[in-house]
Amino acid sequence: MKILVAIKRVIDFKTSVRVKADETDVETANVKMSMNPFDEIAVEEAIRFKEQEKANEIVVVSIGPEQCQEVLRTALAMGADRGILVKTAHTLQPLIVAKILRAIVQQENPRLILMGKQAIDSDNNQTGQMLAGLLNWPQGTFASKVACDNTSVTVTREIDGGLETLALTLPAVITTDLRLNEPRYISLPNIVQAKRKPIQMVSIEEFNVDLSPRLKILKVKPPEKRRSGIKVATVTELVDKLKHEAQVLS
Amino acid sequence: MKTLLIAEHNNQELKSVTLHALTAAKTFNSSIDIIVIGWQCDAVIQQATQLSGIQQVLAAQTEEYTHQLPENCAPLIADIVKEHNYSVVMATASTFSKNLLPRVAALLDVTLISDVTAILSPDTFVRPIYAGNALATVQDLDTIKILTIRNTAFPAALLVHQSPAAPIVNIDKNFSNDLSHFIKQELTQSTRPELTSAKIIISGGRGLKSAENFKLLESLADKLHAAVGASRAAVDAGFAPNDYQVGQTGKVVAPDLYIAIGISGAIQHLAGMKDSKVIVAINNDPEAPIFQIADYGLVGDLFKILPELETVLSK
Repeated sequence: MKILVAIKRVIDFKTSVRVKADETDVETANVKMSMNPFDEIAVEEAIRFKEQEKANEIVVVSIGPEQCQEVLRTALAMGADRGILVKTAHTLQPLIVAKILRAIVQQENPRLILMGKQAIDSDNNQTGQMLAGLLNWPQGTFASKVACDNTSVTVTREIDGGLETLALTLPAVITTDLRLNEPRYISLPNIVQAKRKPIQMVSIEEFNVDLSPRLKILKVKPPEKRRSGIKVATVTELVDKLKHEAQVLS
Repeated sequence: MKTLLIAEHNNQELKSVTLHALTAAKTFNSSIDIIVIGWQCDAVIQQATQLSGIQQVLAAQTEEYTHQLPENCAPLIADIVKEHNYSVVMATASTFSKNLLPRVAALLDVTLISDVTAILSPDTFVRPIYAGNALATVQDLDTIKILTIRNTAFPAALLVHQSPAAPIVNIDKNFSNDLSHFIKQELTQSTRPELTSAKIIISGGRGLKSAENFKLLESLADKLHAAVGASRAAVDAGFAPNDYQVGQTGKVVAPDLYIAIGISGAIQHLAGMKDSKVIVAINNDPEAPIFQIADYGLVGDLFKILPELETVLSK
């Protein structure tokens, strides 16, 4: 079985973002970038399938600028077999990303697509579901446990209120939740080896997908700052303040 | 202009999250229909007819819709939107609609706007990005607008029994689904209020050290009629179930009072609770980032503070 994993390069999750002074976007120049944490989990899961001999090839794909090669290399160093970089300078919305991924799926014919449940920059949580819809494949979103055989995949999903288990007929799209696995550390020999693995470069124009955004970003601004409060010395003082000053306890 | 609201339910009752989307839907000043998709869910349909401001209730009931899986619900909704010319489709951003609506949007070939926190005009919306560290104002250029709204940004619509009750329109469309099958659900049993609608939330983090200790929060929560939440660290360490998690990847809450106990205040956690009215932090590290946003901070050993807090509250 071939697995396709879609990965995104985003501002590193430990970085505190700054909004640009002209309010057009957040500052991305000279900011540490890395693989979206949810996508790292997707790569790890794909590798585990390969280690269990349920998958024979893992193809990782990223869409974005030249520098996305770095996140593809990281995935290759983790254990993916080859990469595809769809080059574009534009920031693309989920539906367009889903359409490009559909075109890649039609070329590559994977049986399973793994991707993160959301990117930590745009926080959309849409692309996997859209891709499944476009392909008319079943979807297992927010997965915290995945098991598969030749024809189907069983997915335990994190839902409000608990967990849900579904069986999906392959081919299918799975989006990963944080609890699915713990991504592995990459060893130096693996990094060296990953340099020899192929990354195919494709221009976005080759896909014949309308790239014009249907969502216009008018403004990006920082949220209102919370005023910092006070420190209290004792529990009695705290409860007194909550009752009489904040009036949130009766 | 017509709005279609997606009812969230478990075939027995309408979930209160739907009422937040109803409030948001009313800001469009359009007529609002609600769709109930399920099986043997007449009680839900009756509840929906009573909601104030609902024009009609579209009822789609077949056995195949029992678990409201997106593989058949999405084409059904897309079909109805086209046939009935809805220009707005909305739901509250729960795991149910986050799963379903992007698939609907793809089938209709339109943009979806997730987690809307403000509706500025019928095509202009505000939504948080980067774990709530920036707010984007976006204009949706598509003719059909699909949105999920953040429940903490729109109050729940009051349950006013409307008279006359809205008429029920039966939808006889059966989109079969042989792609996915429901196996089981394991729901966390709790007698406490639901996390996303609780007025008071007591949340615990890594500082609690064990699942046993986490129970200390539960007895305190019972005293205050509060819900119990957790940071990712507490969930990952197995102190609390996954669905307790508050944050960018868990639930977004905005109660009147949020008490963070043994939680350092990582960006991802703050994303889920920083719109709470009053925030209290109890932590032994005076440098913990949570103190930067807490209205009231108490530095000290939570294992001493918690029992004391319970005694003081019992007085």
